[in-house]
Amino acid sequence: MVIESPRSIYIHIPFCSHKCHYCDFTAYVVGGQPVDEYLDALDEEMAWTVQETPPETIDTIFIGGGTPTVLDVKQMERLLRSIRRYFPNWSDQMEYTVEANPGTTEKEKLAVMMAGGVNRISFGAQTFRSDLLSNIGRVHSVADIGQSVETARQVGIDNISLDLMFGLPQQSVADMEEAIREGLALKPEHFSVYSLKVEEGTVFHTKLLQGKLPLPSEEDELMMYQLTRERLQTAGYSQYEVSNFAHPGKESRHNATYWKNNAYYGLGAGAHGYTRGVRHVNVKGVGEYIRRCAKGRPIAETLDVSRMEAMENEMILGLRLAEGVQEAHFYDRFGIPLDGVFGKVLTQLQNKNLLENEMGRWFLTEKGLLFGNDVFSAFLGEGIDHGVGR
Amino acid sequence: MDEKKRQQERQQEKIRNFSIIAHIDHGKSTLADRILEYTGALSDREMQDQFLDSMDLERERGITIKLQSVRLPYKAKNGQEYILNLIDTPGHVDFTYEVSRSLAACEGALLVVDAAQGVEAQTMANVYLALDNDLEILPVINKIDLPSADPERVRQEIEDLIGLDASDAVLASAKSGIGIEDILEQVVAQVPAPSGDPEAPLKAMIYDSLYDAYKGVITYIRVVDGSIKKGQKVRMMATGKEFEVTEVGVFAPRPLARDELSVGEVGFMVASIKNVKDTRVGDTITDAKRPADAALAGYRRINPMVFCGMYPVDSSDYDDLREALEKLELNDASLRFEPETSGALGFGFRCGFLGLLHMEIIQERIEREFDIPLITTAPSVVYKVYKTDGEVMSIENPTHMPPSQKIDYVEEPYVKASIMVPNDYVGTVMELCQTKRGDYVDMRYLDANRVNVVYQLPLAEIVYDFFDQLKSGTKGYASFDYEMIGYKASKLVKMDILLNGESVDALSFIVHQDKAYHRGRLFVEKLKELIPRQMFEVPIQATIGNKVVARETIRAQRKNVLAKCYGGDISRKRKLLEKQKEGKKRMKAVGNVEVPQEAFMAVLQMDDSKK
Repeated sequence: MVIESPRSIYIHIPFCSHKCHYCDFTAYVVGGQPVDEYLDALDEEMAWTVQETPPETIDTIFIGGGTPTVLDVKQMERLLRSIRRYFPNWSDQMEYTVEANPGTTEKEKLAVMMAGGVNRISFGAQTFRSDLLSNIGRVHSVADIGQSVETARQVGIDNISLDLMFGLPQQSVADMEEAIREGLALKPEHFSVYSLKVEEGTVFHTKLLQGKLPLPSEEDELMMYQLTRERLQTAGYSQYEVSNFAHPGKESRHNATYWKNNAYYGLGAGAHGYTRGVRHVNVKGVGEYIRRCAKGRPIAETLDVSRMEAMENEMILGLRLAEGVQEAHFYDRFGIPLDGVFGKVLTQLQNKNLLENEMGRWFLTEKGLLFGNDVFSAFLGEGIDHGVGR
Repeated sequence: MDEKKRQQERQQEKIRNFSIIAHIDHGKSTLADRILEYTGALSDREMQDQFLDSMDLERERGITIKLQSVRLPYKAKNGQEYILNLIDTPGHVDFTYEVSRSLAACEGALLVVDAAQGVEAQTMANVYLALDNDLEILPVINKIDLPSADPERVRQEIEDLIGLDASDAVLASAKSGIGIEDILEQVVAQVPAPSGDPEAPLKAMIYDSLYDAYKGVITYIRVVDGSIKKGQKVRMMATGKEFEVTEVGVFAPRPLARDELSVGEVGFMVASIKNVKDTRVGDTITDAKRPADAALAGYRRINPMVFCGMYPVDSSDYDDLREALEKLELNDASLRFEPETSGALGFGFRCGFLGLLHMEIIQERIEREFDIPLITTAPSVVYKVYKTDGEVMSIENPTHMPPSQKIDYVEEPYVKASIMVPNDYVGTVMELCQTKRGDYVDMRYLDANRVNVVYQLPLAEIVYDFFDQLKSGTKGYASFDYEMIGYKASKLVKMDILLNGESVDALSFIVHQDKAYHRGRLFVEKLKELIPRQMFEVPIQATIGNKVVARETIRAQRKNVLAKCYGGDISRKRKLLEKQKEGKKRMKAVGNVEVPQEAFMAVLQMDDSKK
């Protein structure tokens, strides 16, 4: 069971200058929103949270959204101050990321961020063709991407990640190739590259239902993915997770928290957290969040993760990583050998050439990488737990 | 003793046993409800719409599967108290035998005819069943308050088409409660009281039975002679099984225990009977010590007409499936099953049913009530194969068809189908019957507008999709009824299906030679549509003997959605994966191909008219 004290914090800023057509995250267009009151509430939530689960040394912080950089300089400064106040002990290796949209990071704001400890920025570039950008409802321009990265470099941010998307409406393989080339030219330390998934309750879902969303063929999408892998690896980025690539040593340690099934604080409207073996999700509405924080933690739902579920998650998440799941680590965590729990599934997946085992380490094969969902779902409900637990 | 006998006779004179017969949708259930209401058998609070159709499935489908009966006290206008027993009948051609037995438990029947639609094929079929059982038939013209109602025309139809005197037919609207009292008065006045000798050895007819987890089989009976009481030793005359009666009672409408049931009464008997097969519908219960000389007429061991394979999707559910079938069998004497093995599907059961509806009902109940995901193979009729070596085989499963060179000829079951249809659709109906390999028998104008078309049709074609096509081709105006007439020789061949190069026995079907190519092509197209893409390319072939008659290819799936997964996505991701896994559970791995349930029934979903 995962009962370690969290060493990672996720903070959600649910405001955007504009809502993207594929976005189903908790995000509200910022105009007229009670941003300051929201930051007050976040401060309160942190107070309640650390009272309940006192923090130890913090390794990683990730401020995501929404678009955290829609906060103005003052608001940003004050958010970072709050975080520092409630989570004062930082490891020397602190990875402190803020998600940003190109065009929202002026120098002054960046300076404030750095002063607050931020040392990594993840830019949602998505793609490098302006019509594709506007198709998906992004408001930044292609030029904004380069300028924002350059500005960040100038102020001294030495760890930059770019998000790219493939499988966008009307996107061709050549478009993706172009996006990768443009992205590489900016020399970020890290790339997150993932395919568009049309979620319910988004503009795209409606269009899809109306048959008005010209998505690329599966064949093309596959080519985009393989092209991405090949180009990035050639350029010195290793694929350390299904959709993440990095220069050696620049892998996101914050995101690895999720994949390694470790605990993390989750703060802000709609945020998820995982502490003391319990997953929780906060209320989504900004108004409700603000009201609730005055009285306690603004939790909408909690889920006690059972031991079996934790073991399943260990596989579902861990196998996303190139390093995969270590048998020894599994044993340390759960006090039972991995093959005792999932032996049958592992063998089946191995026989289907979806999983591989090397020196006590299980990881996806090339084929397994493409059929991840088939691999992950295979673990659900298939474990046998003879252990007494820890 | 004499006093008791006289009292007995007085009681017997006050009993009226009747049922309601009607074409589907003509308002039988609603009328039954109104009668229950009118006689006060149910309080308003208890009044659940359509009380007699008690299974969920029945209410959903608007049909009656299990029979119910109810005892209604009624004070007639003459001031006398009567006991009316209303015995329900199933409303589908699959259950003709059950209908005939419940009618045999009555002395009269209300014939409900829709005032707008008039006499239909099923109306006729039911009337004949009632006449076979010497019932007094009381016509009721229902739905008279519909704008399109034409009671006078319908009254004339009943006289002209059926030959019943309809001059006294009650004009009713069950929905609005019109005519209910008149109907009950007619029942009292015209339905004969039960005859039968209270002193004679017990003869009680079983018209239905129901398995109860606590009491064992509850047998629904009509006492014809003598009486039955608690503690009595009784014998089932067809099976020879003996039991001690632990309880008798009536439905009022809730089960109500009584000391005894005597001549003419309708009710239930409980006797620690473990299996419904020991209490076959139509069998006669008699006293074990003083048995009757002969059983009541009309008992028949009914044979299933349609067979299919039922396999658990998850092979570890096999024992649960057997238990489920055993439990259903407790309630359903016409269900038959025996273990069978399929190369593609593993261990399962070959099950026999009265018809398609019966099959669907059993399948749905297994999935719903027992929660066992099933693979059902396409239904097949029983073929008679005459081999060159003189042997005759009954083939219930297409897989068992011997190779063509060993077959002299094959016979298939035929039915005589009566289709009643408005003039305008005669052409459509005849065309349909021709495509379904029908032989024309007769066509008769019933009146200026309606025609009765009679064809001999292979039962297999009716099992296929005849009914749906008939309904859609005639905008729902045609009514249809059929009876078995025996076997006829046909040019039939076995079509095998290969998935990824491997023959899948559970997909084999038997088809007429002239239609083989067309159906083979439609079938592989349908399979292509139904089988999801796999990680590899899957060729589908339809073959006769060694000859490939149709081929399609399912392209390989190249990848899953390569989505990101961060903190908040985990719970969502799990839900997604669980859904995916759930979908997989409903598929059967055949060789290395995952095949969904529907594929095994796909042969039924092909539209022949599609060229």
